[in-house]
This record gives sequence, C-alpha cells and structure tokens, in this order.
Amino acid sequence: MTEPVYPMARQCPFDPPPEVTRLRDQPQVSRVPIWNGMRPWLFTRFDDARVVLGDPRFSADKRRPGYPVSSAVALAEATVEPTLLIMDNPEHDAVRRLVLSEFTVRRAESWRTRIAAIVDGCVDRMVDGRGHGDLVADLALPVALSFVCELLGVPAADRERFRRLTHDMNVLSGTTETAGAARQELQDYLESLVAEREREPGDDFVGRMIVTHVRTGAMDRRTLAAMALLLLTAGHDTTANMISLGLLTLLRNPAHFAALRTDDPGRLADTVEELLRYLTIVQRGIRRMAVEDVDVNGHPVRAGDGVIAAINAANRDPARFAAGERFDPTARPHGHLAFGYGPHQCLGQSLARVELQETYRVVARRLPGLRVGVPLERLRFKSDMAVYGLHELPVTW
Amino acid sequence: MKIDLDPTRCVGAGQCVLTAPEVFDQGDPDGVVVLRDPDPADELTEDVLAAADLCPVGAILVADGGDDR
Repeated sequence: MTEPVYPMARQCPFDPPPEVTRLRDQPQVSRVPIWNGMRPWLFTRFDDARVVLGDPRFSADKRRPGYPVSSAVALAEATVEPTLLIMDNPEHDAVRRLVLSEFTVRRAESWRTRIAAIVDGCVDRMVDGRGHGDLVADLALPVALSFVCELLGVPAADRERFRRLTHDMNVLSGTTETAGAARQELQDYLESLVAEREREPGDDFVGRMIVTHVRTGAMDRRTLAAMALLLLTAGHDTTANMISLGLLTLLRNPAHFAALRTDDPGRLADTVEELLRYLTIVQRGIRRMAVEDVDVNGHPVRAGDGVIAAINAANRDPARFAAGERFDPTARPHGHLAFGYGPHQCLGQSLARVELQETYRVVARRLPGLRVGVPLERLRFKSDMAVYGLHELPVTW
Repeated sequence: MKIDLDPTRCVGAGQCVLTAPEVFDQGDPDGVVVLRDPDPADELTEDVLAAADLCPVGAILVADGGDDR
C-alpha cells in the first residue's frame, strides 16, 4: 500500500483531510512523506504546534539543506531577497521591529472607517443593476487589493499585475522558475518604486519607511522592497481567501450570518476569530527545521529533522477548543493558530481582523438576501494553492 | 498579581492589547508592549492570564500575588 503524501486530500471542503485529523487523535507523533520524498515529523496537536512554532531551536530558514519545503514553488522564495518569513533570530526581530509601529491594534483601528468605505464601494458596484455576481472577483479581491495598495502606497492601477504575480508565486503545480520569475519581477518593480519615492516620500508605509529607516541607513532599498513584497502578497491573498470562504461558511450558517446585522461588535469579533480557527486557510502546515535536539512535550526531535505544525488540525484540537470540529461563533474560542505562533506570528493580523470584520458586517447589512448561486459540488476550492480558498463564488441577492 | 514584561521579546502581535486593553498597550513610537496598569484590579485577572497565554513569544509573565489561582 502506498503511504499517502502529506497534506493528503480533503473529503469535506471545510475540514482538514481526515487522515491528518486521525493522526492528531493517535497517541504517538508520526513522520509523514511529503512531495519530495522527505519524511518530516507531523505535529497535529495544539500544545505541540505551539512548541514547534515558538521554540527558537526550530528554524524557519528554508534555504537550510533538509528543510521540509512545501513545494518546488516554495523554493523560489529563497532565490530572491529574503523576507521576514524565512529569517531566524536575531535578524528576524531586528527587521520586524523596524515596521511594528505600522501594525499596532490602534493603527489597524484607524483604518476601520476607510475599509468599510472600500467594501461599501464594491457592494455599490455589485448591486448596480444586477442580481448576481462573483464574490471573489467583485468583492474579496478588490477589497483586499485596494486596501493593501493604499496602505503601502503602491498604485492601485497595478492591482491586476499584483494579483497575477501573487498567483504565479503560490500555484503549487507551477515551477520554481515561474514562481521565481514572478517574485523577481515584483521585487524589481518595488525596488524602482522605492527609488522613485526616495525623492518625494508620501504619507504611506513606503514613504514613512523611507523617511525613518532608509534615509537614516537602518534599512536599505532592497530590504524595504522585500518587506513591501511580503505585505503586498501575503496581505491580500490570505485576506481575500478568508473573505470568500468566510462568507460561504456564513451563508451555510444563516443564523450566524443574520447575527452580524445586530451591530454587536463583540459578536462580530468572535465570528471572525471562529472563522479564522475553523477555516485555517494555511492548509499545508507551517514548516520548520530543528537546529538542535528538542523535546516537544515528550517527543524527541533531533537536530536536522524537518517538522510540520499542522495548524488546521491543531485549531480543532478538542483538548483546547470546546467547539472542536464544529463552527460555533458563540463558543468564544481564543488563541487559535490561524495567524501562526511564535516570533513569526502574522505581522498584519490586527489589520486582517479589521478588514474581515468590516467586510462581513457591511455584506450582512447590505446584502441580507445573499445566496450561493450554484450547488456546493460545483464550487472550485483552492486545493492546489498554498493558501486555501475559492477560485470563484457565484452568488445572487 | 504581579506582571513581568519582557519588551525585548515583543513582536507586536497585539494579542495582549486585544485581550486586556486596560492593562497592556503598544507604545509610541516603536509599537512595543508597555504596561498601562502594573497593578490591575482583581476582575481583570482572567484577561491578564489570557493575554499571557496568547502572547506568541512569552513576553508576559504573571506571578501569583496572593490570589489563589
């Protein structure tokens, strides 16, 4: 019998692969084969996943020989300027510190009204004369892309190019060459943008970083461009997928969707946290390599071993979350791993929360009759992408 | 309850501010954690403990201050 290769196939579009859930519910920790023949340890329980992601003896640097990369395409990340995602400490924290102030809870809150206006604008265009549309193309992508462009200070006119290059970087069936070329094109584009803005920096992320860090020598042009690349790609693809997949989940749970019309900020926040936990769209686990021997809650990992934290299974671990496999925004879960854990935990998480809250809230209020336009079996889910979501979501209202 | 912060570990995730905004803040200009209230009222104990649990880098340590938790 051929051993199934991680991350195995899903059976239900909303649940992790049953094989991964089964491994979580066994007492021992297993090694699993991955696409390139390597056999990293798979950690599926909540407590173990937190150790893997939080302990500095696990490296995020996928350039290390023996690192269990998620696909050939993922290797392309190491071919261009490194981003925060693959830096270890002390370098990681030093670079992250330079940009922290842009991503505080308070800064994210200051965007709330503007984000709601962006969502309103998309809904205005949707309802203008039609009764049907595609929530991915008409709402999820334009909201996420418009916002991240505005935040960074990159021209919204280039949105389609960013979307295409991000897709090329993330489609798992692609080649290292295609993904590497896309990444290089975006890096070059952003380096010239930074060079141009150095003459006249604007009041946006790129402009402020030029004034506070590039001009003072704390950050060079390439590092700022790599940072902008990470924010642009990670910042729109993940959010867009959470918008579409989250709305699909809410449409299948109409009482929870209707509850968002009550103007209850607590309920809205809980719903977003529960969707993040339940859907956990980073579907291929978060990978690391042990650089020293580590004991993970009694399970020994040797220096050089690859490890994967299956955060989708960990986020449904009944030992931590009462709702477990169910979607239940009233269960008020906290501490899910959808944004990761440890020093690499999502830099943009406060912004993502506000974006998701405002998008779900505005849609629930303005499109109360929203319905999925096709049977579930006809929806195309992103099983072939690094980040899970929907290719399209046809709807009527 | 005694709260020990290690701001050198902070990565600005903001979980503490979301969980116990009366007690934690992200300071200016660097966005790193600061303590707003070093001696929070008893009814905030649960939130402070949750914030310590949620901090992704263990920058918040809470020592029992006579409370029987």
